Amino acid sequence: MLSRTADHLYWMSRYTERAENTARMLNVSYETSLLPQSAAVAQVGWQGLLSISELLPSYTALYGEVTPQGVMEFMVSDEDNPSSIISCLRAARENARAVRGTLTTEVWETQNQTWLEVNRMLKSGDFERDPGQFFEWVKFRSHLSRGVTVGTMLMDESLHFMRLGTFLERADNTARLVDVKFHAAQRDFFGNAKQKDQEYDFYHWSSILRSVSGFEIYRKVYRDVIRPERVAELLILRPDMPRSLHASMNEVVSNLGLVSSDGDSETLRQAGKLRAELQYGRIDEILATGLHAFLTQFLDRVNDIGSRISQDFLMPEIA
Amino acid sequence: MQKFDEMYTTLAAAGASQSQSPGGGQAQSQSQAGGSAGEVREHYRSYAKWLSRQNDDVMQARRAEAEMIFRRVGITFAVYGAKDEDGAGTERLIPFDLIPRIIPAREWSSMEKGLVQRVNALNRFIHDVYHEQEIIKAGVIPAEQILNNAQYRPEMKGVDVPNQVYSHISGVDIVRAPNAKGEGEYYVLEDNLRVPSGVSYMLEDRKMMMRLFPDLFSAHRVAPVAHYPDLLLETLRASSPGGAAEPTVVVLTPGMYNSAYFEHAFLAQQMGVELVEGQDLFVKDNFVYMRTTRGPRRVDVIYRRVDDDFLDPRVFRPSSTLGCPGLMDAYRAGHVAICNAVGTGVADDKSIYPYVPKMIEFYLGEKPILSNVPTYMCRNSEDLKYVIANLKDLVVKEVHGAGGYGMLVGPASTKAEIEDFSKAVLANPSNYIAQPTLSLSTCPTYVEQGIAPRHIDLRPFVLSGKTVQMVPGGLTRVALKEGSLVVNSSQGGGTKDTWILEI
Repeated sequence: MLSRTADHLYWMSRYTERAENTARMLNVSYETSLLPQSAAVAQVGWQGLLSISELLPSYTALYGEVTPQGVMEFMVSDEDNPSSIISCLRAARENARAVRGTLTTEVWETQNQTWLEVNRMLKSGDFERDPGQFFEWVKFRSHLSRGVTVGTMLMDESLHFMRLGTFLERADNTARLVDVKFHAAQRDFFGNAKQKDQEYDFYHWSSILRSVSGFEIYRKVYRDVIRPERVAELLILRPDMPRSLHASMNEVVSNLGLVSSDGDSETLRQAGKLRAELQYGRIDEILATGLHAFLTQFLDRVNDIGSRISQDFLMPEIA
Repeated sequence: MQKFDEMYTTLAAAGASQSQSPGGGQAQSQSQAGGSAGEVREHYRSYAKWLSRQNDDVMQARRAEAEMIFRRVGITFAVYGAKDEDGAGTERLIPFDLIPRIIPAREWSSMEKGLVQRVNALNRFIHDVYHEQEIIKAGVIPAEQILNNAQYRPEMKGVDVPNQVYSHISGVDIVRAPNAKGEGEYYVLEDNLRVPSGVSYMLEDRKMMMRLFPDLFSAHRVAPVAHYPDLLLETLRASSPGGAAEPTVVVLTPGMYNSAYFEHAFLAQQMGVELVEGQDLFVKDNFVYMRTTRGPRRVDVIYRRVDDDFLDPRVFRPSSTLGCPGLMDAYRAGHVAICNAVGTGVADDKSIYPYVPKMIEFYLGEKPILSNVPTYMCRNSEDLKYVIANLKDLVVKEVHGAGGYGMLVGPASTKAEIEDFSKAVLANPSNYIAQPTLSLSTCPTYVEQGIAPRHIDLRPFVLSGKTVQMVPGGLTRVALKEGSLVVNSSQGGGTKDTWILEI
């Protein structure tokens, strides 16, 4: 297939996945803000959300003080913020439109309908009336987009590049989420310096789990009270947790294998190596060497795999 | 002036297309009942009966449904420099009218013969222009008319193309108007031999009609058009140079911001070929390749939807990023087909148009089946004198203009506009032609006030490969503004489904 086509498909999926993850994180922050809590704690939560996407500086430049309304607007409907939900959905739809002939009718119409609807919802005030409902809607449009892709696309390169985009983006997003949330809490939770409020504990960790639809899964897997190191294990190492780093990398490696014509491509080797570390890694080792360092390195390597995919397939040099 | 309506033998009120009756609902019921609107023509009779039975609310709901579906499917065209209120960016819908335009099969079959004849002659002409130039030697067309034409491409001199076909896809604009005897007659208004567009609307309009009114199609024998992409692919494959067994065909688009992007993507998808942009192509050793995820792949046939000027920056406009450097070398070496060929504009130019009937006689030795609209060439001093004196009754067009731009519709213009245009014509007479204001036929059309007559034209798409073929029908465009004769979508025109009907 055309390299440019592959590029559009890959980015269409990445942006769709990014919109979903942004909605997930915003939804959790929004729900948390409905609980009784101190202003300082709430502030940390909203600030953390911006740090995840490395957007704190550009937010402050535009909006000044971090307020829930400000962050919501910036991350949902601000067209000047390339990471806002509206910008991601626009980019996904523009990429889809550029290759609409390659997509099945259902896939294209799903993307287009999402775009038309999100504009209507933001304009009509649906979002302000019920942010929770809006975030749910974004999530479900992403589910629908993935489902209609797997359910209708020919299982050829087109599909593999789309899947590659989805899971590389998910690996990146989950790693950022874990990094920021643990970073925010690290002093309090891992230093054992002071006894923290049990309730705050519960809500902090369960909000992370819920943002990746992992609350029930945690209970099912561990049958235990919520403990940070287990949350980390679930989100990083469990291959059966669909949004974990390990599960995402499994999909990256298998889809990459399907599009690589030669079996010994360097990109595939790098991806396989990263996957192996997750496969054979243990959470106590990771925590001992430092979670932040581990995740920073993970993000760098995911980023590197992304660039390699671009060079190999999406924007190749002419021989 | 005599009015000619496609559905009714006489219109509801005298000059209904000029002045709207104040009670819109009134006009509608009159039209629908067909009573005071006069006799219904035979080929519309059954449809008119069906229409009179339809409830107004249901038809309104169908209109809304059609618009909703067109939006969801993304059947839009881009408007340059505009931004929609609803955030749909610069994309607009082309209004779709629920009332079909019906042509009896016997009329179509004669029109079809006329189209084949005309396109054959035009292809012979283009070949001749770039080879022996017999038609100039014979004195049928003055040499400077051809050689000084901006659309004449010296780069094409002596280049041989497969089947000697240059215009593979021709969009011939046809209007119906009363002839001297007061009978409806089809006239060719314009030949579009460069990159004619609109065929996707022909196909989508039919799909929409079948979806909205399936019962209509079981009750009428409407000739199908859905096989157009098949014929197109066959035509393109037949145009491959060197007779490759499995030629690789691509559609070349300027990109998703082009006004006809939907059509480019649609046709590529329907034919199952790649939709490429200039950046996807490269030329090596005079062969054209596209960049794929598995390395370079040879391209044999390019169905280009990019104008000549932008095809190859090394030969034409140097700043163009829409084309592919080296493409013309590969083309002249006979390693790739470009459809339509480079340089077809010399034959569809408005200054050449008046000569087409003579071309038909010259190359084919036949009488033209389809008539031209009488045309005054301002380059002739006699014609110029007449045109300047009669501007208020004429339609004046720039010879290189397209899309309804750069023209004067005399009867619809103010004194000042006419004076300005008169100056422009006198300053550069050979840049203009003029035609009498034809009383274009009208067809009942949904407008805000109900149903009213609106002017229409027809663009059939003629495919020339090893043979000349077409699907029965074409795209009917309708001028939605009252009294307007301009049907172009860029000027607020809409479309209708076109039925070739066995009766």
